[in-house]
Amino acid sequence: MTLADLKRGQQGIITDVSSIHIPLKLLEMGCLPGNSVELVQVAPFADPMYLNINGTHLAIRKETAMHILIETVDE
Amino acid sequence: MSKQINVALIGNPNTGKTSVFNALTGLNQKVGNYPGITVEKKEGICKLPRGVKAHIIDLPGTYSLNASSLDENVVIELLLNKNDKDFPDVAVVVSDVENLKRNLLLFTQIKDLEIPTILVINMSDRMAYKGISLDIDYLEQQLETKIALISTRKNKGISELKELITNFKELSTRPCMNASSIDDDYFNNLRKAFPNQLLYKLWLVITQDVNFGKTDRKSIDAVSDFKTKSKADLKRLQQKETIKRYQFINDTLKKGQTIDLATAKDLRIKLDRILTHKVWGYLIFGVILLTIFQAIYDWSSVPMDFIDSTFASFSEWTKSVLPEGAFTNLIAEGIIPGLGGIVIFIPQIAFLFLFISILEESGYMSRVVFLMDRIMRRFGLSGKSVVPLISGTACAIPAIMATRNIESWKERLITILVTPFTTCSARLPVYLIIIALVIPEGRFFGLSYQALTLMLLYLIGFGAAVGSAWILHKILKIRSKTFFVVEMPNYKLPLLKNVALTVLEKTKAFVFGAGKIILAISIVLWFLASYGPGESFNNAETIVTEQYASENLSEEELQQKIASHKLEHSFIGIAGHAIEPVIRPLGYDWKIGIAIVSSFAAREVFVGTLATIYSVGSDEEETIKNRMAGEVNPILGGPLFNFASGISLLLFYAFAMQCMSTLAIVKRETNSWKWPMYQLVIMSGFAYIVALIAFQILK
Repeated sequence: MTLADLKRGQQGIITDVSSIHIPLKLLEMGCLPGNSVELVQVAPFADPMYLNINGTHLAIRKETAMHILIETVDE
Repeated sequence: MSKQINVALIGNPNTGKTSVFNALTGLNQKVGNYPGITVEKKEGICKLPRGVKAHIIDLPGTYSLNASSLDENVVIELLLNKNDKDFPDVAVVVSDVENLKRNLLLFTQIKDLEIPTILVINMSDRMAYKGISLDIDYLEQQLETKIALISTRKNKGISELKELITNFKELSTRPCMNASSIDDDYFNNLRKAFPNQLLYKLWLVITQDVNFGKTDRKSIDAVSDFKTKSKADLKRLQQKETIKRYQFINDTLKKGQTIDLATAKDLRIKLDRILTHKVWGYLIFGVILLTIFQAIYDWSSVPMDFIDSTFASFSEWTKSVLPEGAFTNLIAEGIIPGLGGIVIFIPQIAFLFLFISILEESGYMSRVVFLMDRIMRRFGLSGKSVVPLISGTACAIPAIMATRNIESWKERLITILVTPFTTCSARLPVYLIIIALVIPEGRFFGLSYQALTLMLLYLIGFGAAVGSAWILHKILKIRSKTFFVVEMPNYKLPLLKNVALTVLEKTKAFVFGAGKIILAISIVLWFLASYGPGESFNNAETIVTEQYASENLSEEELQQKIASHKLEHSFIGIAGHAIEPVIRPLGYDWKIGIAIVSSFAAREVFVGTLATIYSVGSDEEETIKNRMAGEVNPILGGPLFNFASGISLLLFYAFAMQCMSTLAIVKRETNSWKWPMYQLVIMSGFAYIVALIAFQILK
């Protein structure tokens, strides 16, 4: 599944960010395989998405989130 | 005297880098919370122990040395150019203790450039609150650096930092990791092709093109025996590099940093639950905007009335004290009313910047970006366009500069092009005076008609900006990568000192920047209005006396007729008459014509110009408003400023592009005269047509 499928409050682990549609800046901010990600809040129409990636809080658009592969973590 | 030490402050946005700069230089400036607020080049001098001085440059915030915007590019350009006069002897990397991991990425890159580097860990006062503890000795050893643990809020650790800067020669220049192992073959070839160059520097030059496309790469492509890679391959390598760096950082922090989550507290979750809520978030934002506009209109009217009447009496007083003559007239009728036209702005500008800096300092502005992105995108804008559009209500110039952190060129260009439609503070004096003249004083559901009209004008401005953005979005065929990454910083209580300094600095810059133009134009106008060519100006007294010889005029009335005759035949009168045929269909006379023409230097000149024109030849103390109310339309009769011509003027000023400084800044930001010229012609043409229609319907 991708980051775009995450529900509010749900957590996941990033598995792949090799798509060329992912800006380098996002990787530099910590969006890397193995890091945890939580969907903190969504704007209307689930776009943009407010994320907590490994302690860094940032917002990205859904079109970018669709290219980030993740696995969900069941608590 | 020893030579100055060049120090560069580098760091991620929102790390308090500017606070460190202020603490070192004492030249207090701005601490923004909105990512990318530091756009100008900021420099300062810092006195170090033992009589040494440091020249400190505060570089724009960046997440890495891979630039994706103009601002970030400034950092790389400086660090790659050893011959630059500002090239640092020592780099001070500022990090935030809560985001150390992310902040260290940039640090490891700078270490690879083999520049002596100090690591500043800021906001150390938050460590206990967040349950963080650090092993400084271990970190210093692993990162090949010296660490200064400081808190700019509590003013701690600054002298230790100064000590480290003074002894910069003892710092290690060794890289703290080996990034080239991501592709040994490639980097070995690169090393062979350019044996005398720093490997990491070459790599940065090669890859800048991938992300940004400004740095000149020819020097490397020109060497035929070195085979470079495709853009996609280079990008993949950059990804590997980033991962590699994070591995190193993670390993280092695993031992050097412990975070006790049990003691960590977080306010942000609670606040964000409300402030970024689908319903409450927008409601709160709306209420904040309304409060700002209400404040600008209501709170600043008292000081503005005071300034208006003070300058009028000051002008009278000057005339009564100084001996009669051309020089006195220049002061009383040219310079003082001109200065009054500048000073009257101060209350509104101060209020606007007060609110904007509080929103930025607190971290709220990023939440607005988050809330508005989806809506703005429908019009070809970005969530980040909200900040320029709001700042545009103060002044289009800083607003256009604030577009620099919009990643997509198309979204950025559209934002630049439409921002001048928002109601800037230079339009306010024009609006306020015309509204006071033509809009009746009644109330509608407790709100005054005048306040409602002003609000409507703000809405028209935003409407025009958003509407034209939508049209541009449909017309402009620009393909540019669109991505959007915005950091959501922690909420902070704005520091009173920072806010006050921002307000002071911005107001000062505006008053002195725009003020010079206004004052110069006021003086020129006074000359043009006080002198004229030919018989009818020079012999005005004889002509008028003869003309009215049969009528029994008092001395005072006769003097007024002479003054008015002189003005009409002065240089400015002639110019005004020349353009009158063009503006008559809009309901204006030649005096308004002069004011509009001079407004093309800057809108706020309008009121000052009318003040100058009307005070020329009148000896009585009257405020500008009363003078304007007394004007009679020479053709139609009745007051010149009636409902129809007033609305026509308001609409003209709402849409016309009348600010040379804005055009100059658009030229600089778009690097072409094409876009500012489009703005000038299309906006002003549209303004003329709308004003024409309005007057013809209403008259």
